[in-house]
Amino acid sequence: MIEKIVVLEVVLPLLAAPVCVLVRHPRLCRLFSLGVVALCFAIAVAVLLEVRGGGVISYQLGGWPPPLGIEHRVSTVNAYLLALVTAMALVVLSFDSRGGPPRVPEQRKHLYYAVFLLCISGLLGMTITGDAFNIFVFLEISSLSSYILVSLGGHRRAVLSAFYYLVMGTIGGVFFMLGVGLLYQVTGTLNLRDIAVRLEPSLDDRGTVLALALLVVGISIKLAVFPLHHWLPNAYSFAPPKVSAFLAATATKVSFYLLAMILFTIFGAPFVFEELRLQAVLLPLSILAMFLASGAAIFQTDLRRLLAYSSVAQIGYMTLGLSTANATGLAGGLVHLFNHAVMKGGLFLVVACLLYRVGSVHIDALAGIGRRMPLTSAALVIAGLSLIGVPGTVGFVSKWYLVSGVLERGWTAAAVLILLSSLLALVYVGKVVEVVYFRKPPETQPIDHVREAPFGMLAPTWVLAAAAVFFGLTTNWTYGVAREAAELLLAGGI
Amino acid sequence: MSSGTTILVALLLPVVAAVSCQIFGRLGHPNLRDVATPLVGAGTFVAVWQLGDDVLRGGRPELVLLEVLPGVELAFQVEPLGLLYGLVASGLWIVTSIYAVGYMRGHHEHNQTRFFTFFALSIFAALGIAFARNLFTLFLFYEALTLLTFPLVTHHGTNEARRAGRVYLGILLFTSISFLLFAILFTWRLTGTIEFTPGGILGSEPSSGMVTVLLLLYAFGAGKAALMPFHRWLPNAMVAPTPVSALLHAVAVVKAGVFAILKVVVYVFGLDLLAGSNASLALMTIASFTMLMAAVVAIRQDNLKARLAYSTISQLAYIVLGAAMATATGVLAGGLQIAMHAAGKITLFFCAGAILVATHKKKVSELDGLGRTMPWTFAAFFLASLSIIGIPPLGGSWAKWYLMVGALETGFAWQAAFLGVLMVSSLLAVFYLMPVVVRGFFATSPTAGPSGSAGGDRKPIAEAPFLCVAPLVLTALLSLALFFVAGELATLLSF
Repeated sequence: MIEKIVVLEVVLPLLAAPVCVLVRHPRLCRLFSLGVVALCFAIAVAVLLEVRGGGVISYQLGGWPPPLGIEHRVSTVNAYLLALVTAMALVVLSFDSRGGPPRVPEQRKHLYYAVFLLCISGLLGMTITGDAFNIFVFLEISSLSSYILVSLGGHRRAVLSAFYYLVMGTIGGVFFMLGVGLLYQVTGTLNLRDIAVRLEPSLDDRGTVLALALLVVGISIKLAVFPLHHWLPNAYSFAPPKVSAFLAATATKVSFYLLAMILFTIFGAPFVFEELRLQAVLLPLSILAMFLASGAAIFQTDLRRLLAYSSVAQIGYMTLGLSTANATGLAGGLVHLFNHAVMKGGLFLVVACLLYRVGSVHIDALAGIGRRMPLTSAALVIAGLSLIGVPGTVGFVSKWYLVSGVLERGWTAAAVLILLSSLLALVYVGKVVEVVYFRKPPETQPIDHVREAPFGMLAPTWVLAAAAVFFGLTTNWTYGVAREAAELLLAGGI
Repeated sequence: MSSGTTILVALLLPVVAAVSCQIFGRLGHPNLRDVATPLVGAGTFVAVWQLGDDVLRGGRPELVLLEVLPGVELAFQVEPLGLLYGLVASGLWIVTSIYAVGYMRGHHEHNQTRFFTFFALSIFAALGIAFARNLFTLFLFYEALTLLTFPLVTHHGTNEARRAGRVYLGILLFTSISFLLFAILFTWRLTGTIEFTPGGILGSEPSSGMVTVLLLLYAFGAGKAALMPFHRWLPNAMVAPTPVSALLHAVAVVKAGVFAILKVVVYVFGLDLLAGSNASLALMTIASFTMLMAAVVAIRQDNLKARLAYSTISQLAYIVLGAAMATATGVLAGGLQIAMHAAGKITLFFCAGAILVATHKKKVSELDGLGRTMPWTFAAFFLASLSIIGIPPLGGSWAKWYLMVGALETGFAWQAAFLGVLMVSSLLAVFYLMPVVVRGFFATSPTAGPSGSAGGDRKPIAEAPFLCVAPLVLTALLSLALFFVAGELATLLSF
C-alpha cells in the first residue's frame, strides 16, 4: 500500500496545479492547495515512519522495472526531505493570504497558487526520484515556477532579481544536465543506483571527474554555495515574503540533498574525500561563507536582505558538515537543513507580518515596533536566538554536532571558527532586536496606528518559533533521523 | 514529596512568581504583585532547604527531564556546592524582593511589572545553574541567565543603558560561546560524557598542556566570573536599578560564573588531576592578578556602585583562586566565599541604593556627613565592609582564613607570594571601603554650617523608606551570623 501512495507525493500537487487554473476562485484555490499539501505532508510522515530504521520504498513508474524504467525510491535520507518540504509548504500556505503577492489582481490569484503547487511538486520530485534525468526535469519545474514566484514581489526590482535568478539558475541547470550526460556516456544508465554500481571513479578517468565537477558546480549554483550565491540576496529580498519563507526553507535544502547524494551515493565518499580531496575546496569556501556572508548581513539595512545574507552563511554551515565526511559532521549538516528551515522560515514569516502592518522592513522603520507588535517581535527574538545558536534552540543542536564532527576530524581551528562566526550572528540579530525594542520611533513616522499582526499570520509564525525551541530540546525526530540518513549516505546508499 | 519533585518545585516557583507578576501587574494590582514575589521567594527557599536535609545526609537528589541529544540530558542533581549556591540565591531573593519594592517605588521607576518578572525569571535560571547535573544543563541556564538579565540591565532604556547592555551581552556571550562552549565540546570529544562526576571525567589521559588550555578556556569562558581581561561587563551592568546590581551582579549572576568554575574543577577535572599542576598555577596567577588590579581600580572609583563593582571583581577572584588551588581547603574556601561575599556585598549595594533613594547621591565624595542622617544604613555598610575585608567576627573572615591555609598547602615554590597577595588585597579592601564609612560618620557635611561642631544642630534622621532599610540591616546581621554558623557550611562543603 505504502509503495503505491508514495508516488502521490509528486502526482498530487502536479495535478492540483491545473485544477487551480480551472477553478479560478482564489479562496477556493487556497483551501484546495492547503488540502493537497496537508495530504502530501501526511503521506510524507507515513513514509518516514515506514522507512525509519533502514527501510526502503521503491515504486516503479508504469510497472517498468529499473534500470530501464523510472524508479521512485525513498529511504530515510529523502523521506526526511519530503517531510521537511511538505511541512514547510503547509505552514507557509496556511499563513494568511494577505502575506501573498502584493500586486497580483484578485482574479488572477489562482495562478499564484497553481505556480506554488508546481514548485512544490518539482521540489518533491527532485527528492523522490531515483533517476538522474528525472531530477533534471523536476529541477526545471521547480526552478521555472520559483522564478515566477520571485517576480511577483511587487517591486520593479523583483522582476530584475527573478531574471537574474533565472539566468543563474539556468546556467546551474545546464551544468547539471551536462554532468548527467557525461555520466550516461560513462555508465550507459540513468538510474542513480545503477550509475553508482557501474561507476568506478578514478582520478585518471577525465570523463568521470568532469562529470563530478559539472554536477557539483551546477548544484552549488542552485544551493547558493559561496561564491556562487549572488542571485540569492536579491531573490529573497524582492520576492513576496511568503515566497521567501518557502524558498529559504525548502529550495536550498533540496539542492543540499542532491549535492550530498551525488557526492556520497554516486561517486562515494572514498573517491570524493580521499582521492579527490574535495574538502580542500569545500571547507575553505564554507568558512568564507560563514564569515563574509555574516559580515555582509551585519551591514544590511533591510531586514530581508539581512536574512538573505544570513542564509548564505548558514548554507556554509551545511556544506561544512558535508566536508567533514564523517557521521557526526554530516548529521550535523543534515540536521541543520531542518533547523535552518524552521528558524529562517519563521524569520521570513515575521518579515511578512511586519511588512503587512508596518509597510516596510527597513531597519529604521522598525524602531519601537516591539511595543506595538509584542508577539511578532517575540517570535523574532526566539528565531533570532536560534540563529545565534543559544542552547535550548535548534541552532544549538546543529552547532553541537557540526563542531563535534569537525573536532572528530581533528580540525580544531575550524571548530573555533564555527563558534566565532556565530558571534557575527549575534551582532546582526542583536542589531535588529535593539532597534525593535529600544530605538524610539522617528517623529516623522509615528507608529501609533501599527497593531499586532492578525491571527492568521501570527499562528504559523509562532508554530515555527515554537518548533525552534521544541526541536532544540527533543531531537529524536530531527537529529535521530539526520544521523540515520548520514550513516546511510556514508555507506553509499540512498 | 519525592526529592525529584522538590527540585522541580524549587525550579518552577520563580516561574510562578514571574507569571503572577504579569497577571497582577496587568490587572492593575501592584500591591498584590509586590506581596506575591517575596512569598513565592520564601516558598522557593523552603523547597531548596528541604533538599538540603537530603544532601547533608549524603543523598544526591536527582531529576531527569528529557534527553535532548543522545547522551546529553536536561537533568538536575543537587550536590553541596549547588545547594549552597541555590540557598544563597533563593534566600537573598526574598530580602531583595522586599528591598526592591521600597527602592522601585521610592525611586519612581517605570515598568515595574516587567522588572519584577525578569527578576524572578533570572532566579529561575540561577537555580537551574545551581542544580545542573551536566555541562549542557549548566550551559543552557548560564546563557538563559545572560539573556534574562539583559532587560534588567537596559531597564532605563537610555542611550547609556543600551550601550552598557551591548557590552554586557557582547562580553558574556562572546566568552561563553567561544570559550565555554568550545571547552564543553572538547571535553565531550575527549571523554564522550559531560556529566559532573565526583573525581572528574577527564581521567589522567590528557597532557599537562591540554589540561592547562582547557582549564583556562573554562575559567575565561565563565565570563560571569569577571576574570580580567573579560571583566568590563560588570561595571557596565551597574546602570541597572540597584536591586539588580545587588542580587544579580553581586550574587546570582557573578556567582554563577565562579560556581561554574568550582563545579568544573571538582567534577570535570577532579582535584587530583589539577592539584600542584601547571594549570593550577596558571589560573592562580591570573586570579591573583585580577584580585589586585581590580582592588587598585576600585580605590580610584568615585561612583559608589562602580567602586563596589570593582570590589566584586576582586572578591570573585578569591573564589577562582580557591578553585584553582584544587585542594579540599581551596574548594571549601571558595564555597565559603560564595556565601560570605554574597551577604556582605548585597548589603553594600542595598546601602548604595538606599543612599540614592534618600539623597540622590551616587558619588563617594558626596557622602560627607551622611552617616549622621542615615545611621542604620551606614552602620550596616560598616559591618558589611568588615566582612568583605575579612575581619572577625564577621563571616568573610573564615573564607579568607581558609584561603590562606589553602595557599600554604599548595606546595608551590611561590606559596608565600599568594599569601602576600591575599594580605595586600585585604589591605586594599580597607582602602576602598573604609573611606565611605569615614566620610559618612566623621567628615562634616558641606551643607552643615561652619559651626556644626557645637553639636546643637544635629540633623534629623532621614533614612530611606523602611522597606529599603530593613532588608539591609537584616543582611548586615546575616554577615555577622555567618561567622558563627560557618562550621555547618564547612561540614557541608567537606570534599
